[in-house]
Amino acid sequence: MAEPIIDMRNIEKHFGSVIALAGVSVDVIPGECHCLLGDNGAGKSTFIKTMSGVHKPSAGEIFFEGKPMNFDSPRDSIDAGIATVYQDLAMIPLMSVARNFFMGNEPTRKIAGISFFDHQKANDVTMAEMKKMGINLRSPDQAVGTLSGGERQTVAIARAVHFGAKVLILDEPTSALGVRQTANVLATVDKVRSQGIGVVLITHNVRHAMAVGDRFTVLDRGKTLGTANRGEITPEELQDLMAGGQKLATLEGSLGGTV
Amino acid sequence: MTQTAEAAEAEAAEPEQPPVDERVKERSKFHQALIRPELGGIAGTILVFFFFFLTARDSGMFSPSGVLNWSIVSAQFIIIAVGACLLMIAGEFDLSVGSMIGFAGMSIALLSVSLGWPVWLAIIVTFILCMGVGALNGWLVIKTGLPSFIVTLAFLFILRGLTIFAAITTTNKTIVGGIRDVAEGDWLAPIFGGKIFTGFFQWMGDAGWIETFERGTRKGQPVVEGIPMLIVWALVLVIFGHWLLTKTKFGNWIFASGGDARSADYVGVPVNRVKILMFMFTAFCACVFATAQVMEFGSAGADRGLLKEFEAIISVVIGGALLTGGYGSVIGAALGAIIFGVVQQGLFFAGVESSLFRVFLGVILLLAVILNTYIRRMITGEK
Repeated sequence: MAEPIIDMRNIEKHFGSVIALAGVSVDVIPGECHCLLGDNGAGKSTFIKTMSGVHKPSAGEIFFEGKPMNFDSPRDSIDAGIATVYQDLAMIPLMSVARNFFMGNEPTRKIAGISFFDHQKANDVTMAEMKKMGINLRSPDQAVGTLSGGERQTVAIARAVHFGAKVLILDEPTSALGVRQTANVLATVDKVRSQGIGVVLITHNVRHAMAVGDRFTVLDRGKTLGTANRGEITPEELQDLMAGGQKLATLEGSLGGTV
Repeated sequence: MTQTAEAAEAEAAEPEQPPVDERVKERSKFHQALIRPELGGIAGTILVFFFFFLTARDSGMFSPSGVLNWSIVSAQFIIIAVGACLLMIAGEFDLSVGSMIGFAGMSIALLSVSLGWPVWLAIIVTFILCMGVGALNGWLVIKTGLPSFIVTLAFLFILRGLTIFAAITTTNKTIVGGIRDVAEGDWLAPIFGGKIFTGFFQWMGDAGWIETFERGTRKGQPVVEGIPMLIVWALVLVIFGHWLLTKTKFGNWIFASGGDARSADYVGVPVNRVKILMFMFTAFCACVFATAQVMEFGSAGADRGLLKEFEAIISVVIGGALLTGGYGSVIGAALGAIIFGVVQQGLFFAGVESSLFRVFLGVILLLAVILNTYIRRMITGEK
């Protein structure tokens, strides 16, 4: 097995008297899609926020490319190569696609010693990167508000990949999307993975996880319930694990097996 | 062989066309050029000039001295509108601008006239003081997480109160004069209160191109002596603001901070720094206004700048900026300020009862904002 890019060991996070994470271990290897599953309140979001530098872990170790790491801010983890695409915080709708794409990483060009925002370069790169992801923009000046939810996620993913992410964290990228848009986003995940980037996909939809995942880790009440490889676990087992055991079986029975 | 070459040629000639999405309506170039944040401001400016050209043409509004009159008033509005515009796009308000103008003017007057400091030092210290207050405003907004509306409302009262207190306790008056005498020969004062191109205007007066005074002490001098520095400041600030917002990396951060501070923070935009700097820039603009006013009048009054914060905000909103931040244009704000200045002075030239100024302004504000909302929805896909 390849060396993991990021290895998080026994991460704990306490908020006052609340123990949000009670020892979670997850590692990500290049070119895999590691699915993080769990019900609401399982600690998925808290966990990825410690990975992306938003929260500092109360205990536990983070190894990035074999070296121990301490992220003080999101900037640190971005600089290390960890990009996070948040479900609703990915893009600013009032700004153009190109401005969003380069937000925080603006290309500049010096004219007479004064540094200017290089709009030409920003526009060209945005158009090219979006084309690679299979989205044809009308123009890079188009406001992000005019894009669909799936397209916005794709812009955010393309942005992360363009800026050299080694680990891409996707926080429930499909939860607000329709069927076709979901398929597009999952296809994008596949493209990103094939470039050797480690993808962490957070979802509570087992079918979406099964579609692209190489490994599956289930979180419950701040703990890891275990990690399974693709082919070692059935969707039903995963579903039961997520819901915390047998309870769902009875619930599923009463709903006629539709969940 | 030739066939394949032809095919390849055809392919080369026609670079891979992106498939056209049938759900996207084509918009004409004209339509695209038309939809921009400044459209409301441009339309309003044309309308206002058209209106006054019809009603006040013979009143001297468009003579050299008339043009200077409304240009100065517009320039005053522009100076504070540029600051308010950038701050509003960054997602914050400053309601203390008006009080800051009174405070800055009084600070210059007290330091130079009462304490006898050189005027240049009084001006520099006042700028530092005001930008410090601006930074404090920003820091409080960020640290407390309170809306800037509340924090700066507090400073509206604090600064006004301090200004009156300082004036009364040191000079026993609320208006401190005598600045023109102490500013005589100062190197920094003319940058705010002086005029440029005076020689050119004298030449135009001598040549009979513009009117000259026919009697009195200023006989032979042109009615317009030169371009006041106030107008130069307004132009410089508009150019700087527009450049900063649209042509630099920092401008992108301003949009991002106002559009969604958390998203911006997550991708590494220094949101807090951007916001505090914009509060300081707004204070800087208020200070430019105050210094120019003090140099023009030769006095400082504790009640100067009353309601200026709202006039600045109105100019910015007429100019197409979004009250909640993340969207707007400096050029638009400047046009909003011009509308404001031209209407205020134009009604005077047209001989209209001055109380109607507010009615007129309210109507323009409403029309511009409705138009702007419509345009913004077209741009951002809300509609």
